Amino acid sequence: MNGVHDMGGMDGFGPVQPEENEPVFHEKWEGRVLAMNRSLGFSRAWNGDISRHAKEILPPQVYLEGPYYRRWALGLEQMLMTHGLVDADEFAAGHALRPGKPLKRKLTKDQLENAISRGSYERPAQAPALFKAGDRVRARNIHPKGHTRLPRYVRGHAGVIERAHGCHVFPDSHAARREEDPQWLYTVRFEGRELWGDKADPGVKVSIDAWEPYLERA
Amino acid sequence: MSTHDHDHHGHEHGSELSDMQLRVRALETILTEKGYVEPAALDAIIEAYETRIGPHLGAGVVAKAWVDAEFRRQLFENATKAVAGLGHIGRSEHLIALENTPKLHHVVVCTLCSCYPTTVLGLPPVWYKSHAYRSRTVADPRGVLRDFGLELPKDTEIRVWDSTAELRYLVVPMRPKGTEGWSEEKLASIVTRDCMIGTRLPDPAQGAAR
Repeated sequence: MNGVHDMGGMDGFGPVQPEENEPVFHEKWEGRVLAMNRSLGFSRAWNGDISRHAKEILPPQVYLEGPYYRRWALGLEQMLMTHGLVDADEFAAGHALRPGKPLKRKLTKDQLENAISRGSYERPAQAPALFKAGDRVRARNIHPKGHTRLPRYVRGHAGVIERAHGCHVFPDSHAARREEDPQWLYTVRFEGRELWGDKADPGVKVSIDAWEPYLERA
Repeated sequence: MSTHDHDHHGHEHGSELSDMQLRVRALETILTEKGYVEPAALDAIIEAYETRIGPHLGAGVVAKAWVDAEFRRQLFENATKAVAGLGHIGRSEHLIALENTPKLHHVVVCTLCSCYPTTVLGLPPVWYKSHAYRSRTVADPRGVLRDFGLELPKDTEIRVWDSTAELRYLVVPMRPKGTEGWSEEKLASIVTRDCMIGTRLPDPAQGAAR
């Protein structure tokens, strides 16, 4: 979806302001939110792409405002409701009003390493790769309404395949239907001037990692 | 708070903060009562990120690549495999190491969310997740680096990596002059988190002071 989360190339957000000696969490609740997200991810209540999309569909003004982990908290609440794991009246009550539904597995303290290490998203190839390193490609001018990982700033622009990474879980299908639908994944490199015009810095190149359905031959 | 970037530093109005505290506490109560989460497991996740999993891991990787030519070769060939061999890092995400040279400087961003090489750097800083960084880095990387006080030579090409897939990027900065004969440990002390994202360079003065 063409949401506010797709920020590449936007103006107006001001300078980047790094914080010296930044703590891992600024508030205690931030750590709890992160940990609950990780725990339910481990339980396979949903997948990472569903979780990303839950933040993307927050109203734009909500997405843009407030600390980062607030989006995570609101996204988590929404997913719990849409997956039927917590009901609205329970959020209102601040307590469980009925027993939980079974999850595939539950994270316990002794399984910590499984919750904090990430699995690979690479899968066996379903078909031969359409492109190889050095091929000229164009990012398709597509505007999917659901979750996608093709940023707006590259759509319609031509670049070069730098490297093929094998087949990987396709986020668009993974978020929409929980299907892995593995697709070839490539690093595609664009000239800064191709993306930002003739006045842009000639010494800049930008790459994205793009699944094959995002690309066409240029 | 900047009027431009409301998520900067993660601070909010006091009332909002306590609202979030209450809201998240209620959420955890519900999830615990329904049997979905175990509070001790949540404690352990937080503790791991606060004490064990952080940029010191990546710094160790970079320092090793500076002194050990064979490890360096393995790192650029297959970073996932190379760091897994270090033992203390464990199963990594699909990791790719990027080699800075005098003519090429790498910078990593995630314009769509906050993808970050967590197994070697821990959780991302607020600035990495900020609207300012996510929006500007792909269009004006030199300007963003200037926000960090980093001015690169004009003939140094900048390569921005937008982390749009489940591949994670670790920048391996050049070993600075003036660090000859340093131990791996002392070298690691100057490899800060920001150096491994690409927004700063290692500063030998930082290590010499230790």
